[in-house]
Amino acid sequence: MNAETSGIGVEAVTKIYPSDAGPIHALEAVDLRVKRGEFVVLLGPSGCGKTTLLRLMGGLLSPTNGDIRVSGRSLWRNGERDAAVSREMGMVFQDANLIPWYSIEKNIALPLQLRGINKSTRTEKAHELCDLVGISGFEKRWPRELSGGMRQRAAIARALSYDPNILLMDEPFGALDAMTRDSMNLELQRIWMTSGCTIVLVTHSIPEAVFLADRIILMTPRPGRIDRILDVNFERPRELDLSASVEFQEIAKNLRHRLEEIS
Amino acid sequence: MAGKKSWTWITTPLLTIAFFAAWKGYVYWFDVSPFILPAPEKVLIAVWHLLHEELIFNHIRVTMTETLVGFFFASVIGVGLGVLLGKVHWLEKALNPFIVATQVVPKIALVPLFIVWFGFGITSKVIIAAVLAFFPILTNTLLGIKSLDAGHRDVMASINASRWDTFRHLDLPSAMPYILTGMEVGIVLATIGAVVGEYLGGNEGLGFLAVDTMAAFEVDALFGVIILLTLLGFGLYACVVALRRVLTPWHESVQVHRPKDN
Ligand SMILES: Nc1ncnc2c1ncn2[C@@H]1O[C@H](COP(=O)(O)OP(=O)(O)OP(=O)(O)O)[C@@H](O)[C@H]1O
Ligand SMILES: [Mg+2]
Repeated sequence: MNAETSGIGVEAVTKIYPSDAGPIHALEAVDLRVKRGEFVVLLGPSGCGKTTLLRLMGGLLSPTNGDIRVSGRSLWRNGERDAAVSREMGMVFQDANLIPWYSIEKNIALPLQLRGINKSTRTEKAHELCDLVGISGFEKRWPRELSGGMRQRAAIARALSYDPNILLMDEPFGALDAMTRDSMNLELQRIWMTSGCTIVLVTHSIPEAVFLADRIILMTPRPGRIDRILDVNFERPRELDLSASVEFQEIAKNLRHRLEEIS
Repeated sequence: MAGKKSWTWITTPLLTIAFFAAWKGYVYWFDVSPFILPAPEKVLIAVWHLLHEELIFNHIRVTMTETLVGFFFASVIGVGLGVLLGKVHWLEKALNPFIVATQVVPKIALVPLFIVWFGFGITSKVIIAAVLAFFPILTNTLLGIKSLDAGHRDVMASINASRWDTFRHLDLPSAMPYILTGMEVGIVLATIGAVVGEYLGGNEGLGFLAVDTMAAFEVDALFGVIILLTLLGFGLYACVVALRRVLTPWHESVQVHRPKDN
């Protein structure tokens, strides 16, 4: 597969939400190419269409105009989502959205269960993943017995359970305190580096964006468009101390200024 | 939770004793005619005699059968239709006026009609019980199916769950607390339906026995029948409530205990 077709291609995508107060122009002619194995962060003021763009990539929404291509294949065909394409993707939402009537282990293994994987294999996989995201020992608990951060880890484990090539994350750490957030950022970087998957992550946090991203996509609202794209070329793996460096501060400062201008 | 339980273990018997004492006191001090309100010990003796009557267990069995069969049909049809209406939006819109109309009809007023239509046997009582129990089960199921969390639906879509998988893993369990609430109301109404049906026609069941003892001015026995009916209704209700623990152990309304996995 060549670089042109692998990854995600967003081609002249427009999204208009119908509503009682007239149509809402959420995205206007957005073009974006996410390379395979890349870590892309969507950043922008509230209401600029980040969630909309991510849900379009994940196939939870269909574009009003334009096309979404994953590994060269169109995500939508005759109004139906192409399951073979969307099977490669995992999503993590702002809320963990764990299923309350299943144990943590069963939540994590649910995608495998739907794929007909046998029980011992999927239980083993769930244990591995609990270990990976740092919640081992909580496999048999109900979701409501875990803290918010632990639930979010479980949600990430669930999205990773079927080894997706593409991970789409919508403000996954938005509800976490700063310390937990830092450690989750480190862990996410590690997971991304070991698995080699492509990640598109939405965030409101400038430091988080700079710390994690290969490229930052800055978006502007009304209607949602891409304002500019920024390469971030720090070495990997990045350490938390990086955020104290001059280069890091410089990028963050520029982003903050630009964000203040557009919002 | 354990503390709360041990607390009611004391208060429930105490309140029961207080109730019977007040009853006895009222009858004794105010010299109430035994045809209006017999003394509690008379009623307990009447219950004792009732339980030694030849046909009593047949009467209990008949009332219980009518109630349970009616409740069963109400549950199956109520949950089935509730799920269907909750999932098929246009059908719910089309049928909603009729559901509301049938709900406001005082169903008890239809009981004589059912007896005319379905005879004095067990069938008419089963149908009355089912009709009364049906509506709360239907409306609660519908509410449950429609209260589905949008975030959970997104999760199921993101892992490519089929419609059936989504229903099995998400819709049904998330509606279950609502369905059980409907069933709790339903079992009580089914018991009422069966007994009212027996009042009006037939020669079997505790409802028939109540009317029969009243006609013979056996007020003690009438109170005895009422107590048996209360115990029966209570037992059936307790069974449905117990289902909650079995079916929704994850819910806040049930105390914490570990899932056994699967
Ligand atoms: N389901 C919907 N129906 C109608 N309008 C919607 C819907 N979802 C989003 N919008 C509108 O589309 C625009 C973009 O919304 P979106 O949720 O994508 O923004 P966002 O960048 O994710 O914002 P935030 O950072 O606050 O999460 C907003 O103006 C919003 O009001
Ligand atoms: Mg958003």
